[in-house]
Amino acid sequence: MFFLKNNMALIEVRDIEKTYPDGTRALRGVSFDIKAGEFVAIMGPSGSGKSTLLHILGFLDRPTKGDYRFSDKTISEHSEDELAHVRNKKMGFVFQMFNLLTRTSALENVKLPLLYSGVKESLWEKSAKEAINSVGLSHRTYFEPNKLSGGERQRVAIARALVNHPQVIFADEPTGNLDSKSGEVIMDILHKLHRQGHTILMITHETYTAEHANRIINLYDGAIINDHKVTSQHKAHKHPIK
Amino acid sequence: MSVKQTFKTSLIGVKTNKSRSALTILGIVIGITSIILMMSIGQGAENLILDEVAGFGAETIVVRPGQEPTGPTDIGETLFSDSLKERDIEMLKRKENVPDLIDVTSAVIVTGSVSFEGETYRPTIFGGSVRFFAEVLNLEPGEGRFYTENEIRTRANVAVIGTKVREELFGNDEAVGKLIKIKDKKFRVVGVFAKKGQTAFYNFDELVIVPQTTAQVYLTGTNHYHEVLIKVSDPSVVKRAVHDIEATLRESHGITDPEKDDFFVVTQEGVVQQISTIIGALTIFLSSIVAIALVVAGVGVMNIMLVSVTERTREIGLRKAVGATNKNILAQFLFEAMILTGTGGIIGIILGGLLSFIFSIILTQYAGLSWPFSFPIGAAVLGLFVSTLVGLIFGIYPARKAAKKSPIEALRYE
Repeated sequence: MFFLKNNMALIEVRDIEKTYPDGTRALRGVSFDIKAGEFVAIMGPSGSGKSTLLHILGFLDRPTKGDYRFSDKTISEHSEDELAHVRNKKMGFVFQMFNLLTRTSALENVKLPLLYSGVKESLWEKSAKEAINSVGLSHRTYFEPNKLSGGERQRVAIARALVNHPQVIFADEPTGNLDSKSGEVIMDILHKLHRQGHTILMITHETYTAEHANRIINLYDGAIINDHKVTSQHKAHKHPIK
Repeated sequence: MSVKQTFKTSLIGVKTNKSRSALTILGIVIGITSIILMMSIGQGAENLILDEVAGFGAETIVVRPGQEPTGPTDIGETLFSDSLKERDIEMLKRKENVPDLIDVTSAVIVTGSVSFEGETYRPTIFGGSVRFFAEVLNLEPGEGRFYTENEIRTRANVAVIGTKVREELFGNDEAVGKLIKIKDKKFRVVGVFAKKGQTAFYNFDELVIVPQTTAQVYLTGTNHYHEVLIKVSDPSVVKRAVHDIEATLRESHGITDPEKDDFFVVTQEGVVQQISTIIGALTIFLSSIVAIALVVAGVGVMNIMLVSVTERTREIGLRKAVGATNKNILAQFLFEAMILTGTGGIIGIILGGLLSFIFSIILTQYAGLSWPFSFPIGAAVLGLFVSTLVGLIFGIYPARKAAKKSPIEALRYE
């Protein structure tokens, strides 16, 4: 990416631990780097700590122990408001449940991050429409979520994640709530974004979804058990059951 | 995020839940409607009463016997007190005693009924100078004439009656010249007042006025008066005249301690003050009831806002994930509460204004009162301010609760 040197890590995680107030140890010392432009899948069964990790990486939660540097800044250096600002400007989120505002058009949903961005209101419409266009949904711009299919809803959510031109996109089980065909469309879009230079960090528990990435980090019981690159012959671009 | 953008966001929040929003603000609407109605009717009543009091003339001073009544039970004493007599009138008439006095008359109140050929009616019967009454009460002769000072002196059996009395006793027949009976004593009707109608205190068409001298001898059998009415040259001298009147009557009655006065003086200014005090006290009393109603309405708003915050937990989480700060969320929900209550306030102001308008039409058309509608702008501004304030006060807790939600907890919420 042009804004970071190639050899510099966008995300640096060192010995991160997370213990919840009820005593559950979700993460037990996790370390890794992610460079700008990577497409990383974090895999693991439920309860392995992958969601906790994503929340910490996405500045939605703080680690109990350890260091997390994003874009050369440590999480502990930021106030709550600054974290919100970083989430708004440098991160995009895609959730399993889409999390769109009901009774609000696709366009308005995509505009949502702009509301908190300090970008002039006169530019919102253009940015939002561009983002909607980039996920191929311009014909659904004024549709409300309940008039859209699951796949279309997730595409609106991706457009929303893109609208502020973030440095990284965090996707939490982006295909988990979709049929295989819609899931494939979503993965194709993520691929396209990756090719355009976006850094993507995706959580999944499905191997065939994870294999779309070029690196897979396997979590088990709060610790990394495997961190490997995906070679092109291993990549499963098609759904195995199809 | 600008105030305008926050306002827009909150407005969308309110609009997406129209029916709930409407129910939420119902209490506020009722509260503010009551404020407007209360203020409008209070103002109307005050205007009406003060108008009528003003009708008695600022330059008229009334002296009544007994101690000044402090409650309804004291009024009876006035009727039975015999301290005001003809001698007092003579004293007051002397230029050196009350220099500002230009006219004085005495009056007696007669209780009883009048009859004519089997028709009986119970009007208000006054003994006094009809000319003076007419002047003070703004009455004009409709038929016949007013009796003269000479007729008063000679204790003539003459009466001037109101239109209502005329209708009750004579129907459509001629009344002037006929003999009516008051307490078995015959009086000749010499005049009928022109129709005046109902006012707040009194129906002037129900009056019968006879000479006070005649009333004293034949009707009450007493030699004292129930009222002495004095007219002075100008409203500006009323205060001085009251002082002179009190001094004269104390001298006449041999009173040295003003605490022991056996008469009291009523002026228009005093009555106006009393009425204003009463209406003011009533307004404060009613306002406190409305304030309680608004607090109850505010608690209702808070309740619904809390439900709304819980229901929209995911939305809050999402907004935080895409960059909303705690302040942004706080402002959004606080604005929502204020938009809700402010809208309730505006609806209440419109509804209150409309109801007061209808009220004024009913009172003017059907009760025959002079009740001009005036929109209480002060109350409207107050209503809008109070309703928005209720939103602010009762919106803070739910809004803080929303702002404090952790984004992950909020996103996980099902």
